[in-house]
Amino acid sequence: MSKKFWYSLMAVLILTAVVLSACGGAATQAPAEATQPPAQGGKEVEVFSWWTGGGEAAGLEAMIKVFNTKYPDIKFINAAVAGGAGTNARAVLATRLQSGDPPDSWQGHAGQELIGTYVAGGQIQPLNDLYESEGWLKVMPETLIPLISQDGKIYSVPVNIHRANVLWYNPKILEENKIAVPTTVDEWFAAMDKLKAAGVTPLALGEQWTKMHLLETVLLGTLGAEKYNGLWNGTTDWGSAEVKTALENFQKAMTYANTDSASLSWQDAAQLVVNGDAAFNVMGDWAEGYFRELGKKPRVDYGWAPVPGTVGVFQFLSDSFVLAVGAPDPEAAVAWLKVAGSKEGQEAFNPVKGSICARTDCDKSLFGEYLQSAMDDWASNVVVGSLTHGVVANDSWKSEIDTALGLFVSNGDLAAFQTALVNACKASGPCK
Amino acid sequence: MFKNKDRYLSFLLVLPSILAVMIFIYGFIGWSIRVSLSKWKGLTPNFEWAGLKNYIDLFSDPRFMVDIRNTVIFTVVFVVGCIVVGFLLAVMLDQGLKGEAFFRTLFLFPMAISFIVTGVVWRWLMNPATGSRMSGLNLLFSYLNLDFLINNWHTTPTWGIAAVALAAIWQMSGYTMALYLAGLRSIPLELREAAQIDGASELQIYRYVILPILTPVTLSVLIILGHISLKVFDLIIAMAGKQLALDVPAIYMWQTTFDGLFYARGAAIATLLLISVAVLIVPYMWFTLRSEKQL
Repeated sequence: MSKKFWYSLMAVLILTAVVLSACGGAATQAPAEATQPPAQGGKEVEVFSWWTGGGEAAGLEAMIKVFNTKYPDIKFINAAVAGGAGTNARAVLATRLQSGDPPDSWQGHAGQELIGTYVAGGQIQPLNDLYESEGWLKVMPETLIPLISQDGKIYSVPVNIHRANVLWYNPKILEENKIAVPTTVDEWFAAMDKLKAAGVTPLALGEQWTKMHLLETVLLGTLGAEKYNGLWNGTTDWGSAEVKTALENFQKAMTYANTDSASLSWQDAAQLVVNGDAAFNVMGDWAEGYFRELGKKPRVDYGWAPVPGTVGVFQFLSDSFVLAVGAPDPEAAVAWLKVAGSKEGQEAFNPVKGSICARTDCDKSLFGEYLQSAMDDWASNVVVGSLTHGVVANDSWKSEIDTALGLFVSNGDLAAFQTALVNACKASGPCK
Repeated sequence: MFKNKDRYLSFLLVLPSILAVMIFIYGFIGWSIRVSLSKWKGLTPNFEWAGLKNYIDLFSDPRFMVDIRNTVIFTVVFVVGCIVVGFLLAVMLDQGLKGEAFFRTLFLFPMAISFIVTGVVWRWLMNPATGSRMSGLNLLFSYLNLDFLINNWHTTPTWGIAAVALAAIWQMSGYTMALYLAGLRSIPLELREAAQIDGASELQIYRYVILPILTPVTLSVLIILGHISLKVFDLIIAMAGKQLALDVPAIYMWQTTFDGLFYARGAAIATLLLISVAVLIVPYMWFTLRSEKQL
């Protein structure tokens, strides 16, 4: 064989190696951990989240500080992936899980979004022992536990709590039109009729997911807590007359909304209320953080109440952390979960993030006026889960509901909407 | 003998790219097709055979029907719009006006930015808000007392997608212009002169001489724009987010796969997209390859 041949062969091999390594690098997309080389020989815990900006990242940093004082010998690796409210992070996580390289613990919305995805895939472990040894069952609301469990097994540690069923209103507009804050759905509609007649946009609404948010609160407001829970565990029939009434209420509520909702984000929609362009907005209580950012004053520029029909009910969503099956360092992972569920950890995280503790014993003086009222409700109300934010339905079911809702918004066919909801529950939910 | 070894070597040299293409393109296409014939739903792969069920379901899926309608409207408006605007711009530039290079660059510029940027900017321009919050084009029309032009743009029911196509036309008509301009410049002056001597009017020259000569250019434009519009994704995401009225197959594929974990259904949509693009491209490639061989 000539020299030329061997040179060529070598060139081919080198090229192949370059091509393959380039592909490998692109496919795994090593997250932020690359910037933090692991400590030599010591224990470490890798925690995966999408908290990379604003109050969330600052809150996580505060919680990491608590972790570092409590467990100085464990190195904390913050594997946060930015972008798309978790969409990117979840894609990276799915890739890592499929290739058998799980982080020790990762963030997920408490409830069925986690359970339907990761329990079904056998990727997270039950945490009942931890709940008992840490006494969390005593400090978290009793009605919360079933919502984050499957078959009696608790699967995640909620760090923060947000409330979904909040009705934000503009106090000045209500006063000018002599309207009391509505507490029932009928009162709400009457108030909005009055506002509409007075030439005020009654309800501020945004892009598609804010419509799903409105839908879930109207379902809750019309059906009540027990039947609302029944929708998600299969005991309330989606095809029933009462669900139809709820959907009709939703359809009616939509008629009070601004006409350009499709082009508004949730911030745009919420801002309409504090700017006096609309009277009501239904949005989770992260809106309060946004109002503060805009320099608005509570009780003056904005007021709040439970969404009409949901007084005494706390529709929650929560970010929580799980324990991976096959976690590289299970002990360190449990240490992290202990901090995440502890009073110190939650008190460090939540005031910065603008949410309340999942525990009911946090120090109230750390929080602002709205959050204090939310803490009172959290400790005393019936707790139900949010659909839009992953508590009550798994991802597949939620995406089918989302599609049905989107079609309904564009064609207004209520009967087809209800049929699609019935089918979605059969195909991806507990309905038979 | 020597010649044979040379061929052997050259084959070895292209082998890596052949392998990479086989694995990363054809291998994955095959895998997607396999997934589309399975029952995979959820994070755990499930290759249980489902036959054509996913495809059959799609054609009774009201959302997919919306997608097809939107794709057809978008493609027609976008392709026809680009061809008309691009051709007119090219004809105007071809008149030998002063500062031609400047205008050529100006019209080509939108192509240099990504669809995401176009989408965000046109979302602002096409803001459908009314009253005191009116902005963008609607506000401009209102200043100019052209109130009858004020409309809901991309939030118009059924036809909203045509407003998105407007933004796409803005972006791609410069490119179409460049293709037509090259075509126009390659037409020998003698042909026009001959037609003029025969007494043809300027309009007749374009209709019976220039347009027929430009047919291959139009075909290329049709193919290039056609496959862009079948695959459109980023522009719509940037302009409309995930609102279903402006849904197209690529967005449905992405949402159902990664938000809803319906992997098999997502793969079926991907396969249908591939087939629709292939129907457009393959005859064209076959045609060009054959005519190149003949030369």
